[in-house]
Amino acid sequence: MKRISTRTVLVVGLLVALALAGFLSFHASSSPDGLNRVATDLGFAEAETASATQDGPLAGYDLAGVDHGRLSGGLAGVIGCLAVLGLMSVLVLVRQRSPRPARTRGE
Amino acid sequence: MHVPDGFLDAPTSLATAAVAAAAIGIALRGARRELDDRIAPLAGLVATFVFATQMLNFPVAGGTSGHLMGGALAAILVGPYTGLLCLTVVLVVQSLLFADGGITALGTNVVLMGIVTVVVGWVGFRAAQLVLPKRLSMVAPAAALGAAASVVASAATFVVLYSVGGVIAIPFDTLLTAMVSVHTVIGLGEAAITFLVVASIVSVRPDLVHGARRVLVVRELETRLVAS
Repeated sequence: MKRISTRTVLVVGLLVALALAGFLSFHASSSPDGLNRVATDLGFAEAETASATQDGPLAGYDLAGVDHGRLSGGLAGVIGCLAVLGLMSVLVLVRQRSPRPARTRGE
Repeated sequence: MHVPDGFLDAPTSLATAAVAAAAIGIALRGARRELDDRIAPLAGLVATFVFATQMLNFPVAGGTSGHLMGGALAAILVGPYTGLLCLTVVLVVQSLLFADGGITALGTNVVLMGIVTVVVGWVGFRAAQLVLPKRLSMVAPAAALGAAASVVASAATFVVLYSVGGVIAIPFDTLLTAMVSVHTVIGLGEAAITFLVVASIVSVRPDLVHGARRVLVVRELETRLVAS
């Protein structure tokens, strides 16, 4: 059996993630999630205050200025994926920088 | 289960932020050991996949939905320390860019959906691995058990935090029953998604799954014994 390369796993995985966030997310349930439902049922939902980022261009997973609902949500999902990928990659690079653990130096 | 601003009072939010910061510090140290040549390239993908999957709310009973939290999944794929970093990145991006989960509640959300799901998911997974046969085919079922436990633990932890710092008083037992019952169902969804993803990767490249390594080592040792 031919071994599937790490590169293939990464590319396929990334395409799946982008498809989920960009396309399938449109079909996600819009019902309140578990916590929001419980908060409404038990009467503490009203304690919620607006987030400081409430008016941001991507707030609520909709890209501001794009009227087409499906496109707006899909683009927001893709932008979010790229933001997460970029941030996590930077974190990994910083953590990986020294190939040898620092503590071996003093031993 | 993103907690918005306003549910918990300021002292509780500050305390959870301090716990989150300490845990992230520990994770940054621990991740150095996990991020070897095999795992490092996957960390970005795992974070991205968790973000994408968290957008997919699936319906559970009675006009309620749930989504993957992903702490157990991330811990099993790339290790618990790196897994917590993945979840933290996801939660920060959601809070700052998408207004999903409050800003003052960010520490709370890192505690609930990062620390608790990673720790309970990973410990549950390892415990299941100890009980189940040491085979590659058992990695995904063990992952599913850890995932289910992680969601219920996260919901229960919210109730504890709410009993300490909830702005509107709710009886502890009432809140616990409501949160745990709905999140038990959501936990089944978490288990199913975690099972599918872990089983898929184990079937093509088990060496890329952090949680499958012990099983792979056992297999290599057996092979050597037979060869000699």
